[in-house]
Parts: sequence; C-alpha cells; structure tokens
Amino acid sequence: MGRLIVNQEKINSSNIDALLKICPFGAIEDKDGKVEVSAACKMCKLCVKKGPAGVMEFIEDEIKHIDKSAWNGVAVYVDHVEGDIHPVTFELIGKAKELAAKINHPVYAVFMGYGIKDKAEEILHYGVDEVFVYDYEELKDFRIEPYTAGMEDFINKVKPSTLLVGATTIGRSLAPRVAARFKTGLTADCTILDMKENTDLVQIRPAFGGNIMAQIINPNNRPQMATVRYKVMDAPERSAEISGKITVCDMDTSKLASNINVLNITKKEVESSISDAEVIVAAGRGVKSEKDLEMIKELADLLGAQVAVTRPLIEAGWADAKKQIGLSGRTVKPKLIITCGISGAVQFAAGMNNSDCIIAINKDAKASIFNVAHYGIVGDIYEVIPTLISNIKAGKGIA
Amino acid sequence: MDILVCIKQVPETSKVEVDPVTGVLKRDGVDSKMNPYDLYALETALRIREEVGGTVKVISMGPPQAAEVIREAYMMGADEGVLLSDRKFAGADVLATSYTISQGVRQMGHIDLILCGKQTTDGDTAQVGPEMAEYLAIPHIANAIKIEELKDKSIVVKMDMPNTVEVAEIQFPCLLTVEKEIYQPRLPSYKKKLEIKDREVKMLSLKNFADQDEKRYGLNGSPTQVERIFPPAVNTDKEIWNGSGAELADKLTAKLKKSKFI
Ligand SMILES: Cc1cc2nc3c(=O)[nH]c(=O)nc-3n(C[C@H](O)[C@H](O)[C@H](O)COP(=O)(O)OP(=O)(O)OC[C@H]3O[C@@H](n4cnc5c(N)ncnc54)[C@H](O)[C@@H]3O)c2cc1C
Ligand SMILES: Nc1ncnc2c1ncn2[C@@H]1O[C@H](COP(=O)(O)O)[C@@H](O)[C@H]1O
Repeated sequence: MGRLIVNQEKINSSNIDALLKICPFGAIEDKDGKVEVSAACKMCKLCVKKGPAGVMEFIEDEIKHIDKSAWNGVAVYVDHVEGDIHPVTFELIGKAKELAAKINHPVYAVFMGYGIKDKAEEILHYGVDEVFVYDYEELKDFRIEPYTAGMEDFINKVKPSTLLVGATTIGRSLAPRVAARFKTGLTADCTILDMKENTDLVQIRPAFGGNIMAQIINPNNRPQMATVRYKVMDAPERSAEISGKITVCDMDTSKLASNINVLNITKKEVESSISDAEVIVAAGRGVKSEKDLEMIKELADLLGAQVAVTRPLIEAGWADAKKQIGLSGRTVKPKLIITCGISGAVQFAAGMNNSDCIIAINKDAKASIFNVAHYGIVGDIYEVIPTLISNIKAGKGIA
Repeated sequence: MDILVCIKQVPETSKVEVDPVTGVLKRDGVDSKMNPYDLYALETALRIREEVGGTVKVISMGPPQAAEVIREAYMMGADEGVLLSDRKFAGADVLATSYTISQGVRQMGHIDLILCGKQTTDGDTAQVGPEMAEYLAIPHIANAIKIEELKDKSIVVKMDMPNTVEVAEIQFPCLLTVEKEIYQPRLPSYKKKLEIKDREVKMLSLKNFADQDEKRYGLNGSPTQVERIFPPAVNTDKEIWNGSGAELADKLTAKLKKSKFI
C-alpha cells in the first residue's frame, strides 16, 4: 500500500523522455514540463525501479498488520455436481498438501451439497486431515447465495489461511463472491503456487495481457484465495486406506435463502475434450487458411490425436472455442503435443507447458515456443507436415 | 426495464514484453478497443430493450481516454454512459475495481439488470462481475448462454456448466455475465455517430461516491500485490533441429516411431 510521488525538481529536459518512455501503460504524462501520473497507472513501480534516479518515489503507507497465526490450514473447495467430484479437486488437494507441509498446517476440504455425506469419504483417500461437510437441501443445485453463505460459515468457523478453488464454471463464480465478502485477494488461474515461511501464498500467473509472468501475494488479508485450472497441478495417488476425518457442519439455515430457482438441468452430450487427449496436434496462425487446417487434421488422424488451436484461430471462426488451448481456453497435459505454426505466447504456453513431450514446428528460430519445447523443429509447416504425413502413410520410420 | 452494461477499454494487441536485459516492460504504442466480450453483454441489453422497452446505460472505469468505449457503446445504441476515472483508482486489483464500479453503479439510479462480459482480454480474470454483485448484494449467474424468458420481476436464463446446461430463474435486481453464444453483436452505426455527436459522457470520480474512504480504492484498496514480474521460464533441456523440410520430416517421423506414437 502506498503512493507514487513525482519529485518534480529532479525532472529536466534530459531525463523527461526516458521517464515517459519507461511506463508500459503510458500513464506518465508531460503537462508543460510538470509530470503527472494518470489513471492508466497500474502501480507496477517500474518508473521507480528503472526510471531516472530519484524522480519517481513510492511512499509506503503505514499498514495494519493482521495476526497471521490466527489463520491456520490450507483448504480446498470440493468442486462437484450432485456429488460427482471434479478431478481438479484432487489436483488441488495434492498441491495443498505440498503447501501445507512447508508451514506445518493441516489440509482441509470443504464439501457443500445435498445428500453428499456418504460421498465425502472418497476425499479421505487423498490424504486430507478433515473434510467439512455442509449437507442441506438448499445446497442441492449450485446457486450463488446459499453456496457463498456456506463458504462464509466455513471460513468463520475454521479460519483457513489459504483457500484453493478449481477454476471451473462453478469455482469461477463462487470464489470471487467469497473473496469480496471477506474483502480479500483472489488470484485467478494461477499456474504456479508456493508457500512462504510466513504463510503468504506465492501466486504466479501470466499478467498484464502480455508475455510476462507476475508473482502475486496477499500479505495483509486472510484467507488468501486462488483459483487454478484443471490439469495444471498433479493429483496425488489415491490411497487404498483412508485417513483424516469427516465433520458435518451445522449452520443457520436462514442464510441459505436464494433469489435463484433452478428450473431444469440437462446433461450435455459427453464430447471428447482436448483436456483429456493423450496426443494433440495444435495449429496456430502459421496455418494460412481454414482449408489448410485439413493438413493438420490429417496428421492428427494418423496419430490418433485431437486437433487444438490458438486463440486467433478461434477469433477467425475456424474452430470451436472448446478447442482453444491456453489461459482463456483449456489446459492440456497430453503425452505428446505437436505445435504447428504457433509463436508460443505465455497465454498459450500456460495452457500446455506441462505436457510430457512438446514438439514445436515454427519457421522462426526465435519464436518463444522453442523456450518450452522439448524438440524444436525450425522449419516450414508447409514443408515438414506433408512429408511427415506421407512418411507415416508409407510406414517409413528409420531415417 | 433499466439495464446497465459494464464495459472496459482494453489494448488491441498484447504486445507487452519484458526486455530480457533490463527487465523493463515494453509496450508499443498500442491501440485500444472495447473488450470484445463486453460487446455480447451490450448486444444482450439492446435486444432486451427492443423487446420490452426501457433504458440501456453503460459504465466503465479507466483513464479519461476510456470515454472512447462509451462513445462506441452509444454508436451501438446505448442511451447513457458514465466513466469512473480518478488517479486514486490507479493500481486497482479485482477487489478494488469491483468496489469502485459498485460505488459508481449506486450513482446511476434505478437498475434492474446488470450485464457483464464473461471476462476481459487484458485482466482476464472473469471475477469482476461476481465480486461486484457481492458488493451490490444482488444475486448473479455467470456464463449465461441464452435468455429463455423475460418476466416482470425476473429473467430466465440458460447457463453453461461443465457437463450440464441449466435453466434458472433469477429475480431482479441481478447481475449476469454472458458468453459469446448469447447474441451476435451488431456493428456500431455510423449514422448514429452524427446523432450522438454531442451526447455527454458523464465523468465520476471519488468525490462523487458515497464512500470516499481512499483506503478502499486503487492500490490502497487492493489486497493483492505484484511482488515481481519476470519473463516465462525457459526449458533448457531441449533439442533444436535445423535442416530442409524433408530432413526435418524424416527426423520427426523417426522420433515419433521411436516413442511409439506411430
Ligand atoms: C489475456 C489474454 C489471454 C489470452 N489467452 C490465450 C489463450 O488462451 N490461448 C491462445 O492461444 N492465445 C491466447 N492469447 C493470445 C496470445 O497472446 C497470442 O496472441 C496467441 O496465442 C498467438 O497465436 P499464434 O501463435 O497462433 O499466432 P502468432 O503469434 O501470429 O504466431 C504464428 C507463428 O507461426 C509461425 N509461422 C508462420 N508461418 C509458418 C510456417 N509456414 N511454418 C512454420 N511456422 C510458421 C510464425 O513464425 C509465428 O511464430 C491471449 C492473450 C491475452 C492478452
Ligand atoms: N474497468 C472496468 N470497467 C467496467 N467494467 C469492467 C472493468 N473491468 C471489468 N469489467 C467488467 O467485468 C467483466 C469481467 O472482467 P475481468 O474480471 O477483468 O475478466 C468484463 O467483461 C466487464 O464487463
């Protein structure tokens, strides 16, 4: 917390240009030799750190410190529909165990729904210390007000230091609501999480809409909250034995009222999701036309792979949004992914860099995709792929 | 029916990079536009107005130049727009942004329905809508894909869930975040451009709000802090292959065969 101060007297004709240029958001303006910071400022403090010495200064305000020791435990929200637990939950439990071990905290799960008591035991196979169950008819369907009330009750009773939520449709609706109720920080779609000794959660994600990562902390508020997408973390092995305990919670049911009424629910056809694919061939803007996607599809068919794409191809309407890999698409973790004509922007890489084997084909040797690839093929997809296809068809293998 | 749409100005491209030597962020003179997802929210509002009458207002928080997106909304058919702009809002994270907009909303008179885009292309959190709904103490539904029915006191929407599609009825006042499927946005009308030439974009700053406690806005009202920014990790354990297209294809074929993918 604090303010940016401009030391006007240190500004002169030789440093003013450098100062204006240093701001990536164009927030530093020259008003007749007087420098002003506009509302475009994102407080990245680059002007303080890298600008002309002494001109910009950041004044820390006195902050009210909280008692972090009053908050104990790393909690995971159990994402489910009618008791069917979403696998992201187990991935988060795996991460929560790792984080909690560093600070000697317990691992909790919070499970809300109706008629779910007997399903809570499954969670104990993954090594949590305690599952808190809220089983009420009002929680049968996911509706925002009663679910938020349940979370509020849980947080007030248990006081977890950290709360992890899967970035599913439910989690992305619930987590922000809970964060605002506790006036605490929430970082969306974290790709890396770590824990400091002082129990501050280190949250890393791509940021500022650019090719950069930001490390974010929430030092003066608890609980600290983060959402993580499916397939970003690794689920622990399910153990045959159970450990930990189940606590069924009581709460004031008058808090479970809602202005939402779920009228009907229809199951969607189960379609094969790229998130579950073992092999993926991904196409980017290096593919020049929609027609050329045929070549990608043919290769995918030969490899028993699914086709995925980058965001520009979705924007061009060449593929269904469900096929997009990346920060605003799906996360994938296949055994093999071949990227074809993809530059490898962080937002794309964030959705695939945990894949077992990454083969990238790009004609620009400097493309950032080669930073995440295991095998970087510097070449033209229009030369490599057709030959690859005919090689496979001919059963050719030993070059 | 009085509808409010939250729109944000975002950079046209994502050309922000960290200079590997100096660690400084570089952003080339980028153009700005309306967050594409907000076009769907605005279109939804306009369709509802066409059906049942009422007003469509827009609100945005950003620097003074963000007034541009409000004019763009006028060109699509919005009636009235407000820009929340103040240096004291700078450096706001999701919580402070949502609080600021919720304070602005309270200055906008009667509202039945608030519509947000699913997410922004720069912040990309999809959190501002739900957090705002909490601050306004109204229910919300995220990921609306279809308006099924408009009633006097409620709206019935279809929402997209991971394995299901749900139809739910939600009472006014409420907030919805909408998906791309909902309606195809219209183009801004250049005929309207003349018509709205003199229409004002109302500017509000902290001094217009009911809560003027500076600690709740901008950086001061933001619990999350960016500790550092850095370029993404580089995988050093890799092989780079160069050669002619045919050589590369052969090498790749052999590799895929060896790893039993073919
Ligand atoms: C907040 C935010 C979220 C985003 N989320 C996502 C997301 O989820 N998913 C996503 O994909 N993007 C996302 N983006 C966009 C992302 O930043 C990039 O713009 C996008 O991934 C680039 O796609 P591309 O690699 O296909 O295209 P380009 O960046 O244009 O790259 C094309 C590449 O193809 C190569 N090439 C061209 N011709 C050939 C050829 N004949 N042979 C071989 N190589 C060739 C070029 O060298 C170039 O490297 C997001 C952006 C923002 C700001
Ligand atoms: N600065 C802003 N001004 C107005 N609306 C905003 C702003 N930021 C976010 N929103 C709204 O909240 C939605 C989600 O944004 P985000 O949480 O940034 O992904 C957007 O689609 C907008 O409708």
